[in-house]
Amino acid sequence: MIDFSLSPAIEKNRDMIHAVADGTMRPISREYDEREHEKPTEWLNMMWEASKNLISFGDGKKKASGKAEAVERHLSERTVRSAVLIEELSWGDVGLYLSIPHSALGGAAVAAAGTPEQKERFLSRFRDGEPKWGAMAITEPGCGSDSAALTTTAVQDGDQWVINGTKIFCTSGLMAAEKSEGFVVVWATVDKSAGRAGIKAFVVEHHTPGMTVAKVEDKMGIRASDTAMLVFEDCRIPLDNVLGQAEVKQSTTGFKGVMATFDATRPLVAASALGVARAAVDYVRETFAAEGITIRYVTPQTKLTTLERDFMDMEANLQAARLLTWRAAWMLDQGIQNNLEASMAKAKAGSMVTQVTQKAVELLGPLGYSRKTLLEKWMRDAKISDIYEGTQQINLLIIARRILGYSSQELN
Amino acid sequence: MLGFQPDDEQKLIRDTVAEFAREQLRPLAHEADESGVFPTSVAQQAWELGLVQSTIPEAYGGVGAESSAVTGSLICEELAWGDLSLTLHMLSPQLVTYPVIMLGTHEQKAQILGDYVGPHFTAGTAAVMEPRFGFDLNELTTTAVQHNGEFVLNGAKCFVPLAAEAAHLLVYARRDNGIAAFLLPQDTPGLTIGEREKNMGLKAVATYELSLDNCRIPASSQLQGDIQPVFNRSRVALSAMAVGVARAAYEYAREYAKERRAFGTAIAQKQAIAFMLAEMAMEVDAARLLVWEAAWKIDTGADATREACLAKNYAATMVLKVADNAVQILGGHGYIRDHPVERWLRNGRGFATFEGLAMI
Repeated sequence: MIDFSLSPAIEKNRDMIHAVADGTMRPISREYDEREHEKPTEWLNMMWEASKNLISFGDGKKKASGKAEAVERHLSERTVRSAVLIEELSWGDVGLYLSIPHSALGGAAVAAAGTPEQKERFLSRFRDGEPKWGAMAITEPGCGSDSAALTTTAVQDGDQWVINGTKIFCTSGLMAAEKSEGFVVVWATVDKSAGRAGIKAFVVEHHTPGMTVAKVEDKMGIRASDTAMLVFEDCRIPLDNVLGQAEVKQSTTGFKGVMATFDATRPLVAASALGVARAAVDYVRETFAAEGITIRYVTPQTKLTTLERDFMDMEANLQAARLLTWRAAWMLDQGIQNNLEASMAKAKAGSMVTQVTQKAVELLGPLGYSRKTLLEKWMRDAKISDIYEGTQQINLLIIARRILGYSSQELN
Repeated sequence: MLGFQPDDEQKLIRDTVAEFAREQLRPLAHEADESGVFPTSVAQQAWELGLVQSTIPEAYGGVGAESSAVTGSLICEELAWGDLSLTLHMLSPQLVTYPVIMLGTHEQKAQILGDYVGPHFTAGTAAVMEPRFGFDLNELTTTAVQHNGEFVLNGAKCFVPLAAEAAHLLVYARRDNGIAAFLLPQDTPGLTIGEREKNMGLKAVATYELSLDNCRIPASSQLQGDIQPVFNRSRVALSAMAVGVARAAYEYAREYAKERRAFGTAIAQKQAIAFMLAEMAMEVDAARLLVWEAAWKIDTGADATREACLAKNYAATMVLKVADNAVQILGGHGYIRDHPVERWLRNGRGFATFEGLAMI
């Protein structure tokens, strides 16, 4: 079926989360943009309680009760649902959304590459107790998009792995490593000569000796979310904390684990970009309405004002990105390979939100540039969507390889 | 519930039309564009597929198939992928039949639809656009004035496909500051069909200027009801065709780039080319989803004006950019008429201008 309606269950959740975004996030949005490195503890605690079962990165959270049928329906539209809810939360404030206690990308890696035992061991903690964070550490000072070039090492020593290296740009790294009973999924090589085949993911528990938060970055936007530099110096973890297979085979299954994670997370990062863009579009629409400017959809483009044309472009681009995002999420839920579509969604949403928010600031003139409104903040928040979880360019490269049938050697 | 796959029946229809486009339209497209002559046999073949007649109700001799804008957009994309000129010619009867099915009285349906259920292709047409700067559907200069139980039509129209051979013309005109549609027989006194137009693209479809000089037609010639949904269907049809043209250009450029070698590799292995192709693929998909959503909204019965307009603007911009990129990827070869990409650029340019040139 070609159908663009959301299920009543998702719509109901969306409306509820919208109320949360509007009522609890917007009021503190500016405050935690300006008080960078401080946390809205009360709000985080509330979200920890309230958001259980609402957003899923495939982290194994299950409804404690309820009919099997309801659970099945819930699972069959899990990613679409997450995409819709993440858009709402990001409409409220994307920095705050990113800081919500959650297994997040670390959890997604465990879900994608871990054994059933590991999923239970690492993810069950997110069902109850105190707020906890999961984090994922891939990027290094010397490599970003080229994650196969990472230099962090994991060496087996008896019944332990010893990890050495430096990781940067780790979202919620501080909260996962030092401020909660969370964990960090660290990508490291067990055999540099094996290239991608030697790359494995390791779960490093909170407060493990040898893991230190060396720095929390100062950023252009998403300031309510901490972005950490983690240093590993002879950091020892149990042998069975490696996700999936420990042996180095002449295959790249470990590395493909990272990529499989991206297929699941890129649509959700795209969904977050939709929320920021919609915040800007809504604001411009309301401002236009207050000024008595109406959008004449049926008027030829050549007769529209620049304001109208720009606004219609913003709306269409937002909706185009949303539909690409929903498609990628829907495919994941249907069990259809979505590598190409996930990258399309991410590339489109990242560039769209960057353009849409910059245009919104332009359209509102001094009002847009002023920190009295949130528009300038959304523009600063937006840009990260074009960068993290794979830059626009890396996603275009993935799209190109897919449509051309090229390997990474043939098109690099 | 959200879904992005055509159902089984839609897939069957799409695949059948895709095969027709690949086997019948593509091989004829170049010669038709060069000569400006429409290969009449292909219209008959399309007619035999039943695309036009299927939605005519059984009471008027048709099959009475459900009229779905989503299914229609699938058909339009595939046909336009084959060739846009041939598509517009073949689907011209729908310019009359769809508005009549949607808005016509029993008498109008009985009078018109019977002509489109026979064994042979029968042309129909609609006169929407006007030959002037700043043409605006909302401010037509062709007027219809009611007088002694008749309407008197005055004005000029352009880009009227198949006007010379159409069994019925549907003329859009301004009436009491609103827009209304009127059915005109070919032989209406005062109706003059001008010379065949010469355009940058769409060279195989015969389009004409019309002049209406005190054309008197009975009051019963007007289609009743809100005309906007008719145009939403037209917007979706044209947008879906824009997606088809763009997809054709993208696919051709992609295959060319994999063959053409420079500096020791295929040019598709250069990021400058590969990234263009990636953007083209992404934008074709993005536009298609906007078109599908607008079509889906039409099928739910809701007002889809905003969605249809946004989809049309998006698709019109997209097709131009994608076709232009395709020409660029082929370089000098793209500019030579031996390759089809320059035709797709010429044809694709029309979408930002066209209104009411196709209907689903």
